[in-house]
Amino acid sequence: MAIQWETVIGLEVHIQLATRSKIFSSAPTAYGAAPNTQASAVDVALPGVLPVINAEVIRMATLFGLAIDAEIAPKSVFARKHYFYPDLPKGYQISQFDLPIVGRGHLDIVTGDGVEKRVGITRAHLEEDAGKSLHEAFDRETGIDLNRAGTPLVECVSEPEMSSAAEAVAYARKLHSLVTYLGICDGNMAEGSFRVDANVSVRPVGQAEFGTRTETKNVNSFRFLERAIDFEIERQIDVLESGGTITQETRLYDPDADETRSMRSKEEAHDYRYFPDPDLLPVMIDTAFIQATRADLPELPDAKAQRFASDYGLNVKDASALTSSRALADYFEATVAAAGADKTRLGKPAANWINSELTGVLNREGRAIVDAPISAAQLGGLLARIDDNTISGKIAKDVFDGLVAGENDSADAIIEARGLKQITDTGAIEAFVDEAIANNPDQVQQYLDGKTKIVGFLVGQVMKASKGKANPKEVNQLMVAKLDALA
Amino acid sequence: MTDSNSTTSRAPHDMSLVELLAARRTGTFTAEAIAAQFLDRIEAHDPALNGFISVCRDSALAQARLLDEAAAGDLAGLPIAHKDIFCTQGVRTSCGSRMLDNFVAPYDAHVVERLAAAGTVMLGKTNMDEFAMGSSNENSFYGPVRNPWNADCVPGGSSGGSAAAVAAGLVPAATGTDTGGSIRQPAAFCGVTGIKPTYGRVSRYGMIAFASSLDQGGCFARSAEDCAHVLQAMAGFDARDSTSVERDVPCYTDGLSGDINGLRIGLPREYFAEGLEDASRGVLDTAIAELEALGATLVEIDLPHTELAVSTYYVLAPAEASSNLARFDGVRYGYRCDNPVDLEDLYTRSRAEGFGREVQRRIMVGAYVLSAGYYDAYYLKAQKTRRLIADDFRSAFDNVDLIAAPVTQAPAFRIGEKADDPVAMYLNDVYTLPASLAGIPGMSVPAGFVDGRPVGLQLLAPWFEEGRLLNAAHAFQQATDWHTQRPAGFE
Repeated sequence: MAIQWETVIGLEVHIQLATRSKIFSSAPTAYGAAPNTQASAVDVALPGVLPVINAEVIRMATLFGLAIDAEIAPKSVFARKHYFYPDLPKGYQISQFDLPIVGRGHLDIVTGDGVEKRVGITRAHLEEDAGKSLHEAFDRETGIDLNRAGTPLVECVSEPEMSSAAEAVAYARKLHSLVTYLGICDGNMAEGSFRVDANVSVRPVGQAEFGTRTETKNVNSFRFLERAIDFEIERQIDVLESGGTITQETRLYDPDADETRSMRSKEEAHDYRYFPDPDLLPVMIDTAFIQATRADLPELPDAKAQRFASDYGLNVKDASALTSSRALADYFEATVAAAGADKTRLGKPAANWINSELTGVLNREGRAIVDAPISAAQLGGLLARIDDNTISGKIAKDVFDGLVAGENDSADAIIEARGLKQITDTGAIEAFVDEAIANNPDQVQQYLDGKTKIVGFLVGQVMKASKGKANPKEVNQLMVAKLDALA
Repeated sequence: MTDSNSTTSRAPHDMSLVELLAARRTGTFTAEAIAAQFLDRIEAHDPALNGFISVCRDSALAQARLLDEAAAGDLAGLPIAHKDIFCTQGVRTSCGSRMLDNFVAPYDAHVVERLAAAGTVMLGKTNMDEFAMGSSNENSFYGPVRNPWNADCVPGGSSGGSAAAVAAGLVPAATGTDTGGSIRQPAAFCGVTGIKPTYGRVSRYGMIAFASSLDQGGCFARSAEDCAHVLQAMAGFDARDSTSVERDVPCYTDGLSGDINGLRIGLPREYFAEGLEDASRGVLDTAIAELEALGATLVEIDLPHTELAVSTYYVLAPAEASSNLARFDGVRYGYRCDNPVDLEDLYTRSRAEGFGREVQRRIMVGAYVLSAGYYDAYYLKAQKTRRLIADDFRSAFDNVDLIAAPVTQAPAFRIGEKADDPVAMYLNDVYTLPASLAGIPGMSVPAGFVDGRPVGLQLLAPWFEEGRLLNAAHAFQQATDWHTQRPAGFE
């Protein structure tokens, strides 16, 4: 009988804090500068230099702790974690060990199947990033770039409470959304601002103790995370089912080969010789600071989604899609505000335009919402013209394309320049209708014979003749009335 | 003004710091002339002492000339030497090690910056035990320093070069650092006055770290009054050192009343027990009687955890050192072995060849006490005993204003005498370690001689009471002349 397996997953996420300067030095943290131009004497670990904590880092970590409903430690301590590597200038990393700044918290997730789950967070601690070793650019030598050394990170460690790649991805996405909402991380995964380590093990269903786990490090996209975990689950089950054992080890996900590979085993693991860093005082946080920081908490994704549903009359799916990032949510609200009408009437069309047309453009052009080629004000202006019947939804798509292409500054300007204003004048529409009836006697006869569906063809003739500008609803009403009068 | 005649007839190295500053101010000497005369003395005498690792004749004279054009600072024109543990921009900062023999710091330590701003002229960098690890100055890549009072003897360590240079009149004042006695012990061995301030009083920024929770910068000079002037310029908050204390610095020189009438001085039984050599005890008894004669009240006190200090220190200091010295890996600066075959080889040989034996020993001890399975038994335990030692002082200072004690068990020992016995060398620090572990300020004041070798009296004060310490030493020096004596050949 085949064994049924279940998976246990815990994630460790490195969240790069969006401070202007580094955690222990005044060097800037900006990404992409020429190698070693953003490394101060402290970052290079010159003899005699000392670390000084960046207060903004403490504020951001506290904000994060409050957002996951965790206890903020009244006293946390920086410790030194020792290992030798060329991109670790001091020979130790300053991190937090037994006294982290953020204690136990949790995150509520919804998987793709709509299943809700609360995932425990064990702790989150502050640490500094290392530099980068550059092996490719040099022949038989390694270059060291210390620009990243000393960049502040929060390492958030979850409980081993996820049981599928889908849950792990939902957790990672939720965490990503949270930290970008808080404004403490730019969320740029390609640049390494949000990196995930996945601890994965499998065990026969019903077994109480965990199986041996592997840790797949530094996965930098949600898609890769899902693949890496699925690969690892399958690999471990294969090994176990063919009578093998899992080695506790660190693995790397190779996106090109779509597989994880062993990096180092536990036997090679370091003794990090942690001890409290004597250069830094313990971080003391009092209730006044916590209260002040709590007051800075922005509206978080769950609360915002609920508000969107009630204030804008959105369904859960639209509300959660629009609140998946703070930038998108802000864009949505700005769009509705620019449209100027009441929220409940324009919320739904705004959501539709953003989730379909705009998202389509962004995906096609590979842009983020903050770089959208059409501003919230422009889209709001367009929605206002649909709402007041100036243009039809069909014409609106052309205007939208015009705005995306930069044809003009506003929907109004494009409508004016192209003469797209909808014809609502009954006299003018009547003339078009009369013309269509006169020009299509066969179709009129079919209608009179009872094939009433033919009215669509006749309305189409009117729309064609009016170049789409006639209000289709009015045309339809008038056409039916005139045909019925002929009977 | 009446002594202007006497200052003109005396050479700069015969003057106190105050006299020297006055001589420059009144035009008796230019800053350049003062610097030149001390530089000449260094050139003449240092080859026999080996107190300097680097001498900066050209930059010192240039700096002095600038001060002659526009004098600035309370110590304008005062020549000074910095222990080679303080980073000095553009000048080699070796820390007494082959590892940093080629290292030229791109910045000045806070102490160097402050003293330069006060108008001092840096003559050079002084010899020291490698990375400040040692009590004899024999652990220097640049060779041992000799004691001006007896060339066969050590000057003490680790700030041996600074102490010897001041004793020999090669410089009126010098900086040092004290982690477990590295200012007080060489001051005692060389017969000069040295002060280690409260931990946090002087910024450690730019001071190459040995044991971060213990390291503290201080200074050597001929007298407590001279030390007060130098410390005044060094002390104060520095945001670049998180352990620097934001607290006003009193005016140390104004506090030198010379009056210690009614001062309660504690004499710890544990410091005058077995181990202290009789001859030194005799010298100290006389000195303490002098303090009593000056109006102080003597009180016997107990510091019951004193015996834990050596083992506590030799767990904590190496633990921190093993970590602090991890950055010296041959990658970014400093010594790198020839033709490394791979990364492992680069690390292993660069560190094996770049560090001396004592440094390697302490790195290994430190790595051991921090390793998994031993951390609780050694490091954590030592942190607890450290607190007990500090609590001893806290209780003692409830009843006394100051503590008087020996600095060492005996005067300077012969070069090579303890070189092969690290434990005997460590035990030598027994009277200086407790104050370092507690973080309280301490001084060594010349108190007499045994067989022509100086004996120091150690004075300890509560946290941030450097002023009280300096005044008691000043009172003692007003009544005695041990601090004015000069070793033969260096008059």
